[in-house]
Order: sequence, then structure tokens, then C-alpha cells
Amino acid sequence: MNPALTILMMDAPYEQARTATAFRLLDAALRRGFSLKVFAYEGAVSLPLTLQKPHANAVHGRTLEEEAHPTPPVWVSALMQSARERDLEFEWVNCGLCVDERGATEVVAGAKRGSPADFWRMAGESVNTLVIPTR
Amino acid sequence: MRVLQIIEPAHRATLEEQDDTVLWFTRAIRAAGAEADVLFVGSAVSYAARGQDATGFEVGAWKQRHPPALEHEIAKLIESGARVSVLREDLIERGLDPEAMLPNVGTTSARQLGALLGQYDRVWKW
Repeated sequence: MNPALTILMMDAPYEQARTATAFRLLDAALRRGFSLKVFAYEGAVSLPLTLQKPHANAVHGRTLEEEAHPTPPVWVSALMQSARERDLEFEWVNCGLCVDERGATEVVAGAKRGSPADFWRMAGESVNTLVIPTR
Repeated sequence: MRVLQIIEPAHRATLEEQDDTVLWFTRAIRAAGAEADVLFVGSAVSYAARGQDATGFEVGAWKQRHPPALEHEIAKLIESGARVSVLREDLIERGLDPEAMLPNVGTTSARQLGALLGQYDRVWKW
């Protein structure tokens, strides 16, 4: 069985550099053979929200297709696919109360609803855990 | 597995959440069996000061009925068996008296920090 890492994310998307960095870490961990467990707390529950829409960008002078605007739910799905291709486990749990606060209920297939007890379980099942809080 | 939760930012969404989100999280994982303690550093050392009052938040006709009660939340955390401490240098830097903290909140110095961290299997910095 492959070793697992747990990462807690807390930032909402489109606000800072930590989100992209966290996804880079997740991608690198999968490429190196780690299963992943992600606990999304507070604003991070919006990361797998499927209602996010890419947009054209008039300032860039690009159409919707040309702009190819990145959206985090696509990244979440891409990580899930990458894990499947490598026969690794990938678990994404959204804090349920945080989901309710934000109405962030429409999420990518495979993202689950849970509580801090899930985070504690994930940490116990992992060789290490990284917490990435908001600042 | 023993865990130390180091909390640095203070009053991050405390009015909206009616609590500090990391204190709340710590109480939740302790209820799930975690041996989690707390160390306040930076601006969060103010959480350990006595006499905090977050009442009075009003927006138009709306008035907050249950403001955050951090003294109470910290007391409940300690009641559950958690060790709660603050970094002495960060208290002094902010003009807070290390002798006037909430009951049962300890202080630790920067020089003792290494030994403190060594007591834990995981250290999570928030």
C-alpha cells in the first residue's frame, strides 16, 4: 500500500498564491507515489465547486476558448484522474458546516462532506500532514 | 499522536464564526480523540488576555446575539484536558502582562520553544 499524505487547505480560490502552491504540492506528491487525503476547511470548500465558470478576457483580448481560464474544480478532478491512473488513493473531504455557511454544495464527483473528525482520521492514516492556513 | 496547534493570526472571522476557527477545530478534533494542545503566538497571544468583550456588532437593524466568547472557548478547551500556552516574548511585545492571563494558561519563552515542540508528534502552524 502506498504511503499517504494529508493536506489541509483553508483559503478560498482566486485570492492568493497558496492555493496554486498547494495544488502543485498535491500534484508532485501523486507523481512521487503518495496517496493523498485533502481536508478543505472554511473558504477552501469552494475549491471543488462546479458552478465556477471560466470567462473570456477583454483586457487580454482573448475569447473564452483562447483564455482557457483555470478553475480549481478542474484541478481537483485532474488530481482525482491522475490518482486513478497511478492506482493511488485520493480523498477530498469538505468541512460540512463550512459548505453550509457558503452554500457550496455543488461539488465535483468524488468530493465528500465531512467534519474535523475526518481530518483527524486522515492524519492518523498518513505518514505526515501539512496544514496550509489562511493569513 | 500528540499534536500542537500553533495559532498566530487573531480575530480571523471571529465575528462571523462566533469563535476562532482554529480553536473550534481543535475542540472538534479533541472530541474525535486527538491529543491536541494549543500555543498562541503573534497577535493571537491576545486571546489569553482577561476581560475580552466582543459584544456590540450591529449592521443596520441587525444585532449580533451571540458574539465570540474566546475566554469561554479557551476555558472549555482547557476543561477538556488541553494544555494552552502563550509565547511570553509576543505578550511583552504587545504590552500584555504575562501575569494577567486567563486561568490555567501557561507561558513559554522562545528559548523553551524547541523543547516544547519536541514533545509533539505533529506541529500544525495556523
